Amino acid sequence: MSQFLQFLFSGVTVGATYALAALGFALIYNASGVINFAQGEFIMLGGMFAALFYQFGVPLPLAIVLAVLLAALAGVLVEKLAIEPAGNAEVVSLIIITIGASLTIRGLVQVFMGKGTRSLPAFSGDTPLAVLGATLLPQSLWAIGVTAVVVAVLAWFFGRTVVGKAMLATAYNKLAAQLVGVNTRFILLLSFVLSATLGAVGGILVAPINYTSYDVGIMLGLKGFVAATLGGLGSGLGAVVGGLLLGVVESMTAGYVSSAYKDATPFVLILLILFFRPQGLFGKKGTDRV
Amino acid sequence: MNYLKSHPGLVILAAVLLVLPFALPNAYAFDVAIRVAINASVVIGLNLLIGYTGQISLGHAGFFGIGAYASAILTSRWGWPPLAALVAAAAGTALLAWVVARPILKLKGHYLAMATLGLGIIISIVIVNETAWTGGPDGMPVSALSAFGKELSGERPWYWLSAGVLLVVTWLALNLIDSPAGRALQAIHGSEVASRVVGVDTSAFKARIFVLSAALASVMGSLYAHYVGFLTPGLAGFFHSIELVTMVVVGGMASVYGCIFGALILTMLPQLLSTLEGWETVAFGVILMLTMIFLPRGLVPTLKNRFGRGTS
Repeated sequence: MSQFLQFLFSGVTVGATYALAALGFALIYNASGVINFAQGEFIMLGGMFAALFYQFGVPLPLAIVLAVLLAALAGVLVEKLAIEPAGNAEVVSLIIITIGASLTIRGLVQVFMGKGTRSLPAFSGDTPLAVLGATLLPQSLWAIGVTAVVVAVLAWFFGRTVVGKAMLATAYNKLAAQLVGVNTRFILLLSFVLSATLGAVGGILVAPINYTSYDVGIMLGLKGFVAATLGGLGSGLGAVVGGLLLGVVESMTAGYVSSAYKDATPFVLILLILFFRPQGLFGKKGTDRV
Repeated sequence: MNYLKSHPGLVILAAVLLVLPFALPNAYAFDVAIRVAINASVVIGLNLLIGYTGQISLGHAGFFGIGAYASAILTSRWGWPPLAALVAAAAGTALLAWVVARPILKLKGHYLAMATLGLGIIISIVIVNETAWTGGPDGMPVSALSAFGKELSGERPWYWLSAGVLLVVTWLALNLIDSPAGRALQAIHGSEVASRVVGVDTSAFKARIFVLSAALASVMGSLYAHYVGFLTPGLAGFFHSIELVTMVVVGGMASVYGCIFGALILTMLPQLLSTLEGWETVAFGVILMLTMIFLPRGLVPTLKNRFGRGTS
């Protein structure tokens, strides 16, 4: 039982990052119909920048804020330099453009920050808490708590604010949104900023638990994509549930089946889901995607 | 001489491949040429799927990897003759592709990208983890290619083999595209619904082309394994899949000759940039983005349009 609980804790912790990444995918997909393969790089940038600033002696909270801002800037650049000039390109072209952006970011980080791994200190110490015979790292609580807060803030943003509602309107029908005066180009840019921010936050939260390096973005991004697809592309609730589910399944596989095949489980899972329920767990065919 | 009229490109390609060995200065240049030919053959097959049928595959390196590792394991560990291993690997890959084709190709756009990506990653994770069979991350040696008691070694024989294969693959692809089946594939790209309305069995055609391109990737993987003599799991990985897709889109989707150009450019690029560690990834990414933004149809079709038939 305590072992099960242990696996559950670590699964939910990693799952929280997947959920943030998946939310990022969902945001951009809603605003533009694009799956941003550079999402994983935003996660990587968050962790790497925070670790870099901290190493230079910047206090941890400030290092985190700076890292999130820089990742958001990277989001702006990707949208302005790669997505906007492409105009109304085909899905295949857009996928390839974002893959190009992701390679560029990864390469630049490798050139300027090196291939080595970096790490962040835990936000509030490393003393594990004992819960029903299992141990829980304080950092896990941070990851789960911050993700919960982010989800709540997003819900408020989309439900109560004008900009949030404009984003929903754009997702639902771009032309109609333009007709009622929504600046859809701004909405697209905003979606990239938001998803880069979400990704960076996720990357920073797990950096103290798992080491970070220039190439962690690939797997994290791909798993975020799996989580988003699992929940049904574009569904916010689905993204969160998909992320948590993925983290837990992965952790259980590592614990009870084989740690070598831990990384394969999300992809086996998504293939099964796509074969038997192509619209994802929460996606509805051809209805609103939010 | 009919061929000169109907397929001028094929005649030119054959001539270039025939003359090239006399222009290649050293063994290194031969090595690059052989790699270009192998990549180009894979990419032509992938392009039948992406360029002509409009179905993306982000997992083709997985099929290439199956071919390479199956050949390596069957010949080195089980003592099979290389040709038998190559055929068995291709048959196995085709079977796998056939089994997954229908559920995968029911998907569209991003879901299809996700599924093919997932399949490719699963294959590459299996290769990394089955250390007893594949040597895991350390890789494994492969015996030389031999048939009828003769061993193929040295850059010239390998050049003629890979160039010959490339020519045959090009010829087959051009014929396929011009055939009724090829027209059906292009119709699927244009509009799947419309092609179904005029009586094309779209799912059968998509599945067949998926199996064909996977089997071709497997065969080229087998040849590659024997050529390099040592395998590492990276060749089945996600990044290699991306490289293959890049070759298709940079050269030109829906252009067989574009594929050869794409393979040529992107095989040579890392060689040219190999002294600048890290920058090659940046260059790769930037080229991908620039091509898609400014030449969304790829190099060859865009140039052909501009200079060949005037603007359209």
